[in-house]
Amino acid sequence: MNHLGFKIDKVKIGSFDFTCCEGCQLQLANRESTLPDFLGLLDIRNFREISSERHDDYDIALVEGSITRSDEIERLRKIRTQARVLVAFGSCACFGGVNSLKNRIPPGEAIREVYGDKAVETMPSMKISDIVPVDFMIPGCPVSKEEVERIVIGVITRSPVSLPKYPVCVDCKQRLNTCLFDLGEVCLGPISRAGCDAVCPSGKTPCLGCRGPAEDINFPSFVQLVKDKGLSPDEMREKLAFYNGFAEYPDHEN
Amino acid sequence: MKIDCDIDIHHLPRVEGHGNIRISIKDGKLAEATWEVVETPRFFEMMVRGMSAERVPFLTSRICGICSISHSLASIRALERAMEITPPETARIIRLLAMHGETLQSHALHLFFLAAPDFLDAPSAVPIMHSHPEIVRAGLMLKELGNELSIATTGRATHPVSLVLGGVSKAPSKHRLKELREMILKRRPFLDKTTEFFRTLSLPEFIRETEFISLRNGTDYPFIGGDLVSTDGVVRDENDYLQMTNEYTVEFSTSKFTKVSRQSSAAGALARFNNNSGLLGSQARKVAASFGLEPLCHNPFMNNIAQLVECHHIFESAESLIDRLLDDDLREIRFPYTPRAGAATGAVEAPRGVLYHHMETDSEGKVVKADCIIPTTQNNANIHYDLHALAEQALKEGKTEKETEKLCVMLVRSYDPCISCSVH
Repeated sequence: MNHLGFKIDKVKIGSFDFTCCEGCQLQLANRESTLPDFLGLLDIRNFREISSERHDDYDIALVEGSITRSDEIERLRKIRTQARVLVAFGSCACFGGVNSLKNRIPPGEAIREVYGDKAVETMPSMKISDIVPVDFMIPGCPVSKEEVERIVIGVITRSPVSLPKYPVCVDCKQRLNTCLFDLGEVCLGPISRAGCDAVCPSGKTPCLGCRGPAEDINFPSFVQLVKDKGLSPDEMREKLAFYNGFAEYPDHEN
Repeated sequence: MKIDCDIDIHHLPRVEGHGNIRISIKDGKLAEATWEVVETPRFFEMMVRGMSAERVPFLTSRICGICSISHSLASIRALERAMEITPPETARIIRLLAMHGETLQSHALHLFFLAAPDFLDAPSAVPIMHSHPEIVRAGLMLKELGNELSIATTGRATHPVSLVLGGVSKAPSKHRLKELREMILKRRPFLDKTTEFFRTLSLPEFIRETEFISLRNGTDYPFIGGDLVSTDGVVRDENDYLQMTNEYTVEFSTSKFTKVSRQSSAAGALARFNNNSGLLGSQARKVAASFGLEPLCHNPFMNNIAQLVECHHIFESAESLIDRLLDDDLREIRFPYTPRAGAATGAVEAPRGVLYHHMETDSEGKVVKADCIIPTTQNNANIHYDLHALAEQALKEGKTEKETEKLCVMLVRSYDPCISCSVH
């Protein structure tokens, strides 16, 4: 395709899913008004959810989901060998996501409860970078299509790509929302990475941190804020554990 | 067909999730026809244990990336019934409009992106964008309208943010509602275009009699709650969902199978139509008649047409729901509640069929036990036995291996399976 007379090469892309709801891949088919233009930038080589054509010569692999079974490890390693750039796509791929909530339960008990005596293989939920090197992360549950478009265009035009470093509160304030702490809710906005346009607090529900921690957060100060507001530390813990994005901040266990 | 043939489709494309089809013919006889679900299990029923009820709908919506609103509302309905919470009427209408948006989005996605390429011999919708641009545009316009309805009512197209216990946390503005009303009127020509396009396609002839399961409330086409009914005359209370599913495990599948009065049963748009066709809007009824779709229809390929008919119903019904909201002051949208111990089922008609969440809470409002039964789980056995009958029919009609394979993948796709959902 051409842009202002310059030829732009399409990028060969593959989209793959592991243990997940496939909601992040589905976002690729959203924002219908820009969809034909967006697809015009891509040479889709492998995307099982929407195409029966399967080729193994992609440069970028979008990988959705977490890893919970041995055959997934093998499949992921093959994708890594092929892809020049491997993108962890969505919170499950970036942090283990909601799937990590099952890691608290002994696997034997979970299988017995759901499947009875049937033999079913499952392992604790792992993020993609636990298995293979990841070149770029696009967090979100689901990912934001706008952000994905921006990043794909950046890659194609060889421009630097990055995620916002600041917390959700910045976007939330710009949308003139009433702070959820003032409404008596524990909101993870002060410590979570922005880029979602503060969609949850704008809908008057607290941020659960699906995009993981913002950069250089002051975690102890956040814990203190919850305490000062007289809000429930249990509620805070439940929210911090929701997407497993704050696993590296064990202080909240105290 | 050759005397021996093996059709082995690993990770069937253009469906949500991972499933395999295996057909084996030996000495001119069908030896095996299997629908094998190989999706990795996630154990949502265990994850919600010990979680505060108010958080649970946000977790269970993550069971599915296509029908997250249905999952959220099934949990909300189960928990509200368990804790005896009655949401305000305004919230009830907003939730219903959200279901309309999700169903339209999901049906458009299936009809255009997943099913249509088979009819046009294309591997995906991408080449169709070039060969039939006006058709793909119509599909995108419908899908976008569905998403816009969901965004306005729940804050986001996938994984709703404002559906909460006791009501909704935010109502759409009147301005937004007026825009949506306008959008519905403007997009009707795209729906008509879609209808004409589907009229040009020839659907395979195949009948295997089965039992169709759906909700029924007697007054409206079903979306949220009601009696559980079957075309074999079974009627059960919403809380008796277990008698309507009878889940069992099979060796070759990580998703369970179900049955009611027969070997298998079916849920989805065709099941809803077969049980509730009289409650469709007048335009939807006309479209159904023009396609020769009438109850009881036992051709699973007609599920595509039933989805199209439901899109017509959604256009009519969404408009009247918006009018009701425009007449409302939109102030009373959420009631506070006191957590309590209880147990109940929430049944909703997800785009792919009746979805059950059963929830049990303790006195602090924490979930102590949960059970989710997914529409695709209820279709697995039907798909499995249909594949057997369809392969037999293809064999009798002397179809080639390639023709048989195509018929089989089209059959599975016509159920619009949501496999990762079914292995939650």
